[in-house]
Amino acid sequence: MDFSLNNEQQMIQDSVSKFILNDYDFDTRRKILASKTGFSQENWRLFAELGWLMLPFTEEDGGLGGSMVDLMLVMEEFGKGMVVEPFLATAVMSGGLIALAGDKEQKDDYLPRIMAGELQMAFAYAEPQSRYQLNNVKCRAIENEGEFVITGQKSVVLNGHHADTLIVAARTSGATNDDNGISLFLVDANHPSVKREGYANVDGHQAADIWFDNTPTLGLLGELDNALPAMNNIIDKATLAICAEAVGAMEIAHQRTLEYAKTRKQFGRTIGSFQAIQHRLVNMFIEHQQAKSILLMAVLKMDSNNGSDAKALSAAKSRIGKAASLVGREAIQLHGAIGMTDELDVGHIFKRLTTIQFLFGSTDAHTKRFAAL
Amino acid sequence: MNLNFTVQEKDFQQEVQQFLQEKLPKDIAEKTKNALHLSKDECNQWQKILYKQGWAGVNWPVEHGGTGWTPTQKYIFANECAKAGGPDVIPFGLKMVAPVIYTFGNEEQKQRFLPDVLASNVWWCQGYSEPGAGSDLASVRTTAVKEGDEYVVNGTKTWTTLGQHADWIFCLVRTGEPSVKNQEAISFLLINMNDPKITVSPIITIDGRHEVNEVHFDNARVPAINLIGEEGQGWTYAKVLLTHERTGIARVAISKDRLVQLKALAQTSPDGDNKLIEDAIFAQKVAQVEIDLLALEYTELRTLSAISTGQAPGPESSILKIVGTQIIQAIDELYVEAAGYYAMPFVPHQFHDDFDGQSIGPDMATNSALRYFNNRKASIYGGSNEIQTNIISKAVLGL
Repeated sequence: MDFSLNNEQQMIQDSVSKFILNDYDFDTRRKILASKTGFSQENWRLFAELGWLMLPFTEEDGGLGGSMVDLMLVMEEFGKGMVVEPFLATAVMSGGLIALAGDKEQKDDYLPRIMAGELQMAFAYAEPQSRYQLNNVKCRAIENEGEFVITGQKSVVLNGHHADTLIVAARTSGATNDDNGISLFLVDANHPSVKREGYANVDGHQAADIWFDNTPTLGLLGELDNALPAMNNIIDKATLAICAEAVGAMEIAHQRTLEYAKTRKQFGRTIGSFQAIQHRLVNMFIEHQQAKSILLMAVLKMDSNNGSDAKALSAAKSRIGKAASLVGREAIQLHGAIGMTDELDVGHIFKRLTTIQFLFGSTDAHTKRFAAL
Repeated sequence: MNLNFTVQEKDFQQEVQQFLQEKLPKDIAEKTKNALHLSKDECNQWQKILYKQGWAGVNWPVEHGGTGWTPTQKYIFANECAKAGGPDVIPFGLKMVAPVIYTFGNEEQKQRFLPDVLASNVWWCQGYSEPGAGSDLASVRTTAVKEGDEYVVNGTKTWTTLGQHADWIFCLVRTGEPSVKNQEAISFLLINMNDPKITVSPIITIDGRHEVNEVHFDNARVPAINLIGEEGQGWTYAKVLLTHERTGIARVAISKDRLVQLKALAQTSPDGDNKLIEDAIFAQKVAQVEIDLLALEYTELRTLSAISTGQAPGPESSILKIVGTQIIQAIDELYVEAAGYYAMPFVPHQFHDDFDGQSIGPDMATNSALRYFNNRKASIYGGSNEIQTNIISKAVLGL
């Protein structure tokens, strides 16, 4: 048994950690959020230069490995800085789907551009009625003289507003709730039949609702009617990524709260000297540690099982969701009203820890999935 | 012991229902039901309607224009208002400063201030917390130094809710020498904010709103006749006010109505091919909160019946504050769960009256996270829940 990082892994962690410390402080992030695109193109180019956009891909696909450990290391550090650049949407989810389901031509076309930071992508899967059920797809793709056209709506598509190319999950056969009959299509996001309403999410990440109206596609990605296994695989991978992000974010939330408790004075003494507060800071610490442990469990199980272990993943998402809930809320409560302000980072960490709790399936949804598997 | 309403109480219930049906503006009810924020004008509009009806001073003594209602009538009124979408009154005037003025103020002050509070002609805000005095309220640093028949006020108040609308602020200030023990140096002062020496600066909270403010006093001169009671007694008056604040804070009637609405929402919210209410885990969570709320409702009724009229509630009102805010926050969380992905978009502009663009998701969903974020304040304000726990520990249990 060995939980230590090897040299390469240590280098990844150090390099992302350095970036967050030096180039992604809270004020810088604020400016990025307020910018027109809501994320930094400059950072995106930097991510490409540093090879981070290659990390989710295997060497065979031109990447740097694609292990869950690597993904965890990057995302945990990203969580500490609350990075909003669309690493998840473009590299992990969209790139991941092309790597998993694409043919050689598609891989050669898209993956180098993704890794070079030249292409923004988004994966449109959720719909107004689907909640967390990936198989629940109403959006239809109909074949017309050998070409598919897509009609329907997709909800809260991460990076959907800035994506050049979309991957759309559409129903090609069967009923809304069937596991079979879903296919993935590459779609030009700028096609006139695509209507996009972009917005920032409460956690600062960019997203869009997207409507397709007889939209032509750039091609089928993967097998016709059988996209669900690939979708499950990639959403699980993305889920692992945000679990790691949450663990990083919780570490900072706890650290900030601890620092505050040691300096904030009320009743003539630091609030950290009150036992009632001490115990709560310890509970936050325990939650963070438990979250970190179950994250490692899932990472190692997935890595030893070709990048996929649904049961382990759901265990991690469920447990980390519970921890994120407690740590986020306590960070605000122990700060008091100052924790409610937009100008302090804890409130923003709390908001990201909140959305992570239901992104890609709520805590309850993953507990249920764990029990069923 | 008897839980049934008397004939008179049933008549009263009908009277309230009829009043709400006829007089409560539909747009205000709609916004309240959807947890959307009301403008200053809308708040005043509703409060003036209540005033005309003679129902603005629910807890006030009759001699000052109060309703003289029994606890049961108050309970009926609160529940019917919540059901109909009648908004809560802004508490700072009607529920906070008024009890202090009619309990501790002199005749001149009662006549000068109370009619305008009752008629909602004047908007009040609360000057309690300071950057260094939150939970430890007695350590306020804002000073009021007497010069002739005026006080010269210096300092900063913070978390002043809706202070940007306010005409007047009631403040805890230090009037004693620095050597005087905190609680004996505090006085209760009413201050007109129409003064260039007083500036209000906004604080934006995590839901993106401007609801709270900092209020700065830079040699503001306040007539000494605006002092309530005696110098050095402010802490005593403030504590009375805080216990009033704490009962109001339980918001049982509103939580009840929000749960009713949540269940209706869960019956229509899709969960794939099913409805959310069919999800056993979600249904159980709703039931759990509902059960907690039932217990709280009866705790509140016990308190109301014990204090009857006129008296200030005792330290057990802290239970109402703690449990009431826990329930508010639990309900907020269930709304977020019900919204699912549509809790995420930050689109407050689409709740504005004049918005005519493409709406993202149902309003009830896209508003849910913002409300969840905003109501984290509930366990912090009015004396944080930790302070309430200490009060019960000391004043009730004698620990």
